[in-house]
Amino acid sequence: MRQRREEAASWPQAFFPGLVLLVFFVIPFAIMLTVSFFKRIEGGFFEPSFELSNYIRFLSPFFGKILFTSIALAAGAAAIVVVIAFPFTYIVSRMDRRTQTIILVFILSVLSLSEVIIGFAWSTLLSRTAGIGNLIAWLGLSDAPQAYTPGLVALILGLSYLGFPYAVLTMYPAISRLDPELPEAARMSGASPLKAFVSVTLPIMRRTITGALILVFVFTLGAYLLPQVLGRPAHWTLPVHITDQAIFQSNIPFGAAMATFFLLVSLALVGLALAVSGDRKGSQP
Amino acid sequence: MTGWLGKAFVAAILVFLAAPLVVVAGVSINQPKRLLFPPEGLSLKWYGELFTKSDWAGSLTNSAIIAVLAGLLAVSVALPLALYIWSRGGLLGRVLFGLGIAPFLLPPVISALGFMVFWISAGLYGHILATIISHAVFLVALPLVTISLGLESIDRSLIEAARIMGANRRTVFLTVVFPLVRPYVVSGFAFAVVLSLNEYIIAYMVAGFSAETLPIKIFNSLRYGYTPVMASAAVLFVLIAVVVFGAIARFGDLPRLLGAHRSQDA
Repeated sequence: MRQRREEAASWPQAFFPGLVLLVFFVIPFAIMLTVSFFKRIEGGFFEPSFELSNYIRFLSPFFGKILFTSIALAAGAAAIVVVIAFPFTYIVSRMDRRTQTIILVFILSVLSLSEVIIGFAWSTLLSRTAGIGNLIAWLGLSDAPQAYTPGLVALILGLSYLGFPYAVLTMYPAISRLDPELPEAARMSGASPLKAFVSVTLPIMRRTITGALILVFVFTLGAYLLPQVLGRPAHWTLPVHITDQAIFQSNIPFGAAMATFFLLVSLALVGLALAVSGDRKGSQP
Repeated sequence: MTGWLGKAFVAAILVFLAAPLVVVAGVSINQPKRLLFPPEGLSLKWYGELFTKSDWAGSLTNSAIIAVLAGLLAVSVALPLALYIWSRGGLLGRVLFGLGIAPFLLPPVISALGFMVFWISAGLYGHILATIISHAVFLVALPLVTISLGLESIDRSLIEAARIMGANRRTVFLTVVFPLVRPYVVSGFAFAVVLSLNEYIIAYMVAGFSAETLPIKIFNSLRYGYTPVMASAAVLFVLIAVVVFGAIARFGDLPRLLGAHRSQDA
């Protein structure tokens, strides 16, 4: 428990932030929940009503297929990303401070990139006229340059690119605080660096890795543009359909119902991730 | 793990991360209006169009206005909240902290739809103000986390000392606390601005047709054909991110800001 001090600020300090978060975050979510039971109006937005039809549509094969595609894509990308990001972060956190800072600046820059830009950049890199197809043809591995997008591989690559910096920054705090003497001790007892890493470092970090896996899964599950730019319509995920319903099909109530469902799933997963990776407050100085 | 093999692995990943950006930088300086890499002829005219052609310059201006105002609003919510949590703690503090970081942790499409129905109900759907406030709420998490980190690093005995010398709370805040957390306030603001510039889905669902931001403009042009201006806009965004995060690293302790606690010597 935090130490209370006499000169502690009084509650008005929390008034403005509390008000802003209540009005512009809690109320929008309450409205969204309400609208998910409303009735759509052709050519308009929605009208008050109470119907469960929007939720009943979840039982259709249409929705089942979207859900399966979304989960499979995000789970695949999350697994690839964490498997690569863990050793990456581990090695980077052992580099000197200067190199580490430069790499972190780059990782942050990639993290902040808009999905639009990532999608555009990868569709360029995989295109016929400006992409690696040229390089492959030049090396003689294929007869003529070809395009590698859109497609499943392109989409998985893009999602991994999107999730990678996020995975690095999620695991960085725990990995950089890892006591370097533990693997050191294993090496002294004759284990090879790789064996020390696999048998000592990985088990200690199990909770961090599981937490990161879930958070990256939720993060890539939220991808909205990449499935449209790098994938085919069959690869459209839940966020694409939510937006499609709300904006292009003018069916905000159904979009709101899907978003509510997505919210509950994400909240449960984020809660699980935070619980798994342990109480963060315990590690503060 | 940290031998040359490890370094080669890190280098390979960095090349993978840089590759699409290098290709985009290449196509942005193409002479012809076609998607070609390696570029044919060198020209900076697409960068000129980004700043002078009215549709591109207009969305660039929208993006800049939204990012700066949303960043300021996010900080003005996060600073008092972080101070409250730091000095008071308690249940209300924890609930508000959770509410502050939740919009950023959840998939943005959910918040986007929430904001959309809210602004439809409030009658501001399609207004740039809706984008600014929505972005601010979405990004409060960043200054909230950086300022909280900064407050935690303050030595409480400094405040005790100031109090014993007779300074009142206001003076302690202005002369001791604020100067110490200022770098964290600035980094939180900078993080929020960069992410607002790049944000797509919320801006699109709240006011995508009337207050067009640069990411929306890029995606629209991507759908209806190709122009190298898109590439130059993408390069501009990468440069802004590198310059901002580079400046934070130059004037502050980036590894610590990102959660490294163990002191590491170079």
